[in-house]
Amino acid sequence: MAKIKLKRAQPHVDMTPMVDLFSLLLTFFMLTASFRPQEAKVIDSPASVSDKTTPDKDVISVLVSKDDKVFFNMDNGKDTSAHFRNQLITKISDIYRLSLNEKEIKAFGQGSSFGMPLKNLKAYLNEEDAGKKEAMQVGIPMDTVGTQYPELEIWVAYARELNPTAEVAINGDAEANYKTVKKVMDVMQSKNVNKFNLVTNLQKEEATLDDLK
Amino acid sequence: MAEIIEGSGSGKKQGGRRVPKKMGAHIDMTPMVDLMCLLITFFMLTTAFSKPKVMEITMPEKTDKEDITEQPKVAADRTYSILLSGDDKVYWYWHKDVPEGQAVPATLNKTDFSKDGLRKILLRKNEKVFTEIYELKEKVKKGELVMINDSLNAQIKRIKKSDKKAPIILIKADEKTKYKSIVSVVDEMAICNIANYAIVDITPEEVALIEKAPK
Repeated sequence: MAKIKLKRAQPHVDMTPMVDLFSLLLTFFMLTASFRPQEAKVIDSPASVSDKTTPDKDVISVLVSKDDKVFFNMDNGKDTSAHFRNQLITKISDIYRLSLNEKEIKAFGQGSSFGMPLKNLKAYLNEEDAGKKEAMQVGIPMDTVGTQYPELEIWVAYARELNPTAEVAINGDAEANYKTVKKVMDVMQSKNVNKFNLVTNLQKEEATLDDLK
Repeated sequence: MAEIIEGSGSGKKQGGRRVPKKMGAHIDMTPMVDLMCLLITFFMLTTAFSKPKVMEITMPEKTDKEDITEQPKVAADRTYSILLSGDDKVYWYWHKDVPEGQAVPATLNKTDFSKDGLRKILLRKNEKVFTEIYELKEKVKKGELVMINDSLNAQIKRIKKSDKKAPIILIKADEKTKYKSIVSVVDEMAICNIANYAIVDITPEEVALIEKAPK
């Protein structure tokens, strides 16, 4: 008996609409993407009703993590050819004799927030391993050792000198101690910064007349 | 092109020759779709959609050491101090309750960050300004009053300044305070439309008072 051959239909799904949609989405995401910069620590900002957006250029920002470590960040400015970060590190390297080479300066220029004592900076910039790099982020020393200033003051002072128009943002974790934030503010105030931008998450909340009763 | 013409034109005329089967141009799109999926996922995950917001705060300028005893004089009957401590504790006192010749009152009032706590207290103290601003905003919302945002903000500022009896809030935090509490209090000032407030250093007397305060 002849076997009846079942005609097997090749399951051909027309993928064109799907591909169309994907292309569209891809284009959309590529065009709207503004990359989240890699921060030294994950910061969980407290909530507030403020809806002012963070300026994205010309900002000196200080991160205060949950475990009260302090990190510093500065951007290259609106005019990207200014390379504030490179200038900053060159200056600091000269003054504090860190003897950083071209490559290390470049690495710093492309980086983002960091926090370690000045003496460890060279080793940090040379470290390739991401895990070890993260372990080296121990926070900028905030204590006054002897007659020495807190190191944050050095960074703030030179950053302000290079970019006097930069605004200061404090990105503190909700669970950080106010004591540390206060210390950061004191350092800033000693450098004549009295206006701060506290980074927060928007959470709409409104009081009504009923709340009065 | 040349081949297609040959296939349909001369193919039939030559009788015995088999007409080459026309293949539909089926390109395997799977790798492309795979790649696209990957890229989309990548972009979706790395895109920061909501930009973080900032709250502006201006700290009172640090005075030189010799002026430190010279605290700015404020009217006691409109000044309130909010004291913060660890575990989200909030206390407050009215400067008029401070006995003559003393730095701090005998006891502190305890409150919390809830709607009926600190907010209610602040709203009641700032009732006049708050009601005015609220009514103005309502009017704009309902369309009874057409105003661009800038002039609305200017108007709000004017209302805030107009009340000469509006409260002055001093925010003080001790060593145990979490950053979150400070932000909440400053936020509360924005919600309640309080114009005059400042974060100032806590005095040792006030720290002692917090220690004694009901838990």
